[in-house]
Amino acid sequence: MRWLESIGLWLDQRLHLSGLIREATTQHRVPRSSASWWYVFGSAALTVFILQVITGILLALLYVPSAAEAWNSLQTLNHTVTLGWFVRALHGWGSNFMIALVLIHMVQVFLFGAHKYPREFSWVLGVCLLLMTLGMAFTGQVLRFDQDAYWGLGIGASIMGRVPILGGWLVNLMLGGPIIGGNTLSRFFALHVFVIPGILIALVSLHVLMVFTLGINEWPMPGRLVRRATYLKEYEELTKSDGVPFVPDAIWKDLIFAGCILLAVALCAILLGPFGPSGQPDPTIIQTVPKPDFFFLWLYALLSLLPPQLETPVLLIAPVIGIGVLLLLPFLSGEGEKSWKRRPIAVLTVLLAAVTLGTFTKLASYTPWSPKMNAWSGLPVPEQCLKQRSPLERQGALVFQEKQCRNCHALGGTGGERGPALDAVATRLTEDQLIRQVLQGRGNMPAYGKNLSPAEVTALVAFLATLHPSGQRPARDASLAAQ
Amino acid sequence: MSEPSGLSRRSALMKLGILINGGIAAILAVPIVGYLLSPLRGKAGQGFDAWVSLGPLAQFPEGQTRLSKFQNPSVSPSDGQTAEIPCWVRRVTGQTFQVFAINCAHLGCPVRWFAQSGLFMCPCHGGVYYADGSRASGPPERGLFQYPYRVDGDQLVIHAGELPTLAADAAAGRRKPCVG
Repeated sequence: MRWLESIGLWLDQRLHLSGLIREATTQHRVPRSSASWWYVFGSAALTVFILQVITGILLALLYVPSAAEAWNSLQTLNHTVTLGWFVRALHGWGSNFMIALVLIHMVQVFLFGAHKYPREFSWVLGVCLLLMTLGMAFTGQVLRFDQDAYWGLGIGASIMGRVPILGGWLVNLMLGGPIIGGNTLSRFFALHVFVIPGILIALVSLHVLMVFTLGINEWPMPGRLVRRATYLKEYEELTKSDGVPFVPDAIWKDLIFAGCILLAVALCAILLGPFGPSGQPDPTIIQTVPKPDFFFLWLYALLSLLPPQLETPVLLIAPVIGIGVLLLLPFLSGEGEKSWKRRPIAVLTVLLAAVTLGTFTKLASYTPWSPKMNAWSGLPVPEQCLKQRSPLERQGALVFQEKQCRNCHALGGTGGERGPALDAVATRLTEDQLIRQVLQGRGNMPAYGKNLSPAEVTALVAFLATLHPSGQRPARDASLAAQ
Repeated sequence: MSEPSGLSRRSALMKLGILINGGIAAILAVPIVGYLLSPLRGKAGQGFDAWVSLGPLAQFPEGQTRLSKFQNPSVSPSDGQTAEIPCWVRRVTGQTFQVFAINCAHLGCPVRWFAQSGLFMCPCHGGVYYADGSRASGPPERGLFQYPYRVDGDQLVIHAGELPTLAADAAAGRRKPCVG
């Protein structure tokens, strides 16, 4: 071992690294309270980022960034290359874990007041890192060049196209031309593999460097306020009076947690496999239901639920406000209380954001706003709706199926959810109202006047008028009843 | 170090060096920015959009709406399958057509035609259009995008080449009579 030591010494005489390393590790004192299991998410995100870089390089060995070849090369990776599927799965699951960890890290930092003086710029860098991570997720989804990627690009371009005046240029810049094609994939490849990772590496380095120069945030104590004038001195005293060396007292928790995360990524990869690719990126295959990846589902739901006239303003202005607020946050609340126990608005904001994103994501998992494209041909009319019905009413049930009403309206718990379920429609609408609704439409329902013959309308309404629970009477026109 | 005049001369030379590098960088930036912005030049009309045939008129029975496809006019070898673009062709009567873009006017997902109910439905966010392309319900603010068409002998020809978006449609409106 002596020769190893002498090589190390020889190297260090030239590199002068050992002093720096000691300074950043065993000599770097952090408050005892920050050696906590709550402080492990950032380092875990960094660990997963390193995993992403390694698996990304491995994938780039075989991936062909050409719109004509990408899908085939993914199939080769999945099915032909030894363990190609596993590397793809690691990269895909790593991406999900990285976004989750970055978000959790951000929430923890916010709730523990770590964005306050003097760590404002760490927070600003962190917001940029979050945006870059989401940028990696979107561009990565495009590189998985399948149907979802193709139509996802169309959605991105449509959003760009809404920017006033510059819209057309932005669409062309994003797609690398007037339409989605070879150039589009090439530029997303350049973004995903060179541009964004380059920025990420630079910003992560700065972000981590600042952890060492400014020290790890101490455990927030209710009532211990941050003041610009005194904080640095107080922090220094704390690390002296109740400090521990970062290595090994704090880092062992980081290491163990990061290891568990890597294990979890690997387990997900083995058990659940790689993501896609779904169908070929052939735009002429229109029997497809494009959907974004998990972390963009909330956006998918939001775009479905916003009122049409609000959509463009919200799409263009909300991100600017949102990112602006995040960037300004440490400057607006750079001092004062750190503990979440005394910051109810901070806690409520986080809860509101979580509930909102969670609700939108949940909604997007079953898309109640989309017509069920195959319901009319795939789901039979429930038997109880047809028993003891007249020929006309049964004819109406046929019209109901054939005219794709089922795509938007459920019967017996199956069918689309775009419109209301019709199991008890006769208790809500009289026959006259049903006729009017069918012919003229209203609210979200298209008018069917042009597409139904009078005989079909009569049959359909006769059928709809039978749809009421056996114990309940159908709706009556109160004005007629009074006469 | 001890001579203030030498210091100022060296610092002046350093500034000159920075200036030279900055000047060269600025000169180099012109072609680099030009290269980066090259996708925009297609806008000036370098043949990215052109008249393309959808095939003989006989393919499109009167009163019906059929799925058709065409080769994107500005195709490159790396486009692969993305070079083929679908569209919906509605033959109203005789020589009168409507050629709808496949892309929903909301956010560009592929709309599907349901002949029985006479509606186009979008699988993404629930946009619905009538047979003539006008908006029926859901988030779209307008009807389906339409390609300009003409009948050339027995061929149906459309003017295409751009991804239909609100911006492209506005630009098309400036270039030629808008039919969308």
